[in-house]
Amino acid sequence: MRVSYFPGCTLKNKARDLDEYARKSAEVLGITLEEIPDWQCCGGVFTTAKNEVATKLSSVRALKYAAAKEQPLVSVCSACHNVIKQTNHAIKTDADFAKKVNNYMAEETPYAGETQVYHYLEMLRDLVGFDALKEKVVNALSGKKIAAYYGCLLLRPNSVMQMDDPENPQIMENFIKAIGATPVVYAMRNECCGGYISMESPDLASKKSNAVVENAKAAGAEMIITACPLCKYNLIKNGADIPVVYFTQALAEALGVKEDTNE
Amino acid sequence: MNKNFIQEEILRSSGVNPKKCMKCGKCSATCPAYDEMEYHPHQFVSMVESGDIEPLLSSESLYKCLSCFACIDRCPRGVQPAKLVEAVRLAVIRQQDKNHLTANDIPKLLDDETPQQLIVSAFRKYTK
Repeated sequence: MRVSYFPGCTLKNKARDLDEYARKSAEVLGITLEEIPDWQCCGGVFTTAKNEVATKLSSVRALKYAAAKEQPLVSVCSACHNVIKQTNHAIKTDADFAKKVNNYMAEETPYAGETQVYHYLEMLRDLVGFDALKEKVVNALSGKKIAAYYGCLLLRPNSVMQMDDPENPQIMENFIKAIGATPVVYAMRNECCGGYISMESPDLASKKSNAVVENAKAAGAEMIITACPLCKYNLIKNGADIPVVYFTQALAEALGVKEDTNE
Repeated sequence: MNKNFIQEEILRSSGVNPKKCMKCGKCSATCPAYDEMEYHPHQFVSMVESGDIEPLLSSESLYKCLSCFACIDRCPRGVQPAKLVEAVRLAVIRQQDKNHLTANDIPKLLDDETPQQLIVSAFRKYTK
């Protein structure tokens, strides 16, 4: 199966591991991530204002590209996925916004939100299947206690993201089970790390990130996995003393396309 | 700016109806930036509703919202307070010379590991 793939700015720079192991693992699972040519940065955060149009066009271009190829659109960065999915939802549900977008694009075929948008984790669950993933595991991470850190962007706003129960999600825990490890459930797994506030209020980001790490450790976690480069940065910068890695690193290790995730 | 005009503009661009609020305070209770805010999410809702918007326009609280969408998902009435915070912030930074963050501020805020995502997200929130 081939899917359209939107990597995003950070995956080409600081988060190369998130990108590289996503691609390698997908190949093992029979999916080719076809990178969208000339994709443009999603902007990192979705602007909720209905009259903000121009900054959402990069997402629309990616969505249109996937629509023309009749492929699902997959991204692996939590932020890219959130922005693209919210933009697609706005086009489907807000006729005025859709009209402005299509006026801007001035192309023959208007875009109406027809592309299916998947996060890589949803691709594993819904297109590959966690049972099928389990069968491909050659290096089960047996006994490893892994805490899934969802943060905000994968789950919220739930009315749009529709990934999982936003207060009691299972998708990452089921992923952890599929690669042979033991999921650690803890209260702060869907609370904010501070996000972009670390730019100008590092103290606030520190408080928020520490609360997440301490809570995961108290629940017995030996490692934290995330899909978000900014979550990873905030947790590590603020002194996480257990490894914080991308979920794709753990996936690649389990599938035998990577040696060790403790780095 | 004219008071009624700005209230109307904020209501229109946010798509929020603050009259749905039942004053339970859950938005502020779940806000991760609560301690840093002068005006809290529930106050944004009530102040926009009453048209008392002037104090919000000059408050640092506009730049403390983390866009985590917790108040949006956890509001029992579907009021979506974060959309009001965003609309008020945009009403400010869309004016001339009102950017909260400029490109010149960036270099001193970086370290070796700063992800590109952090820079673009902060710009999207703080800059026109």
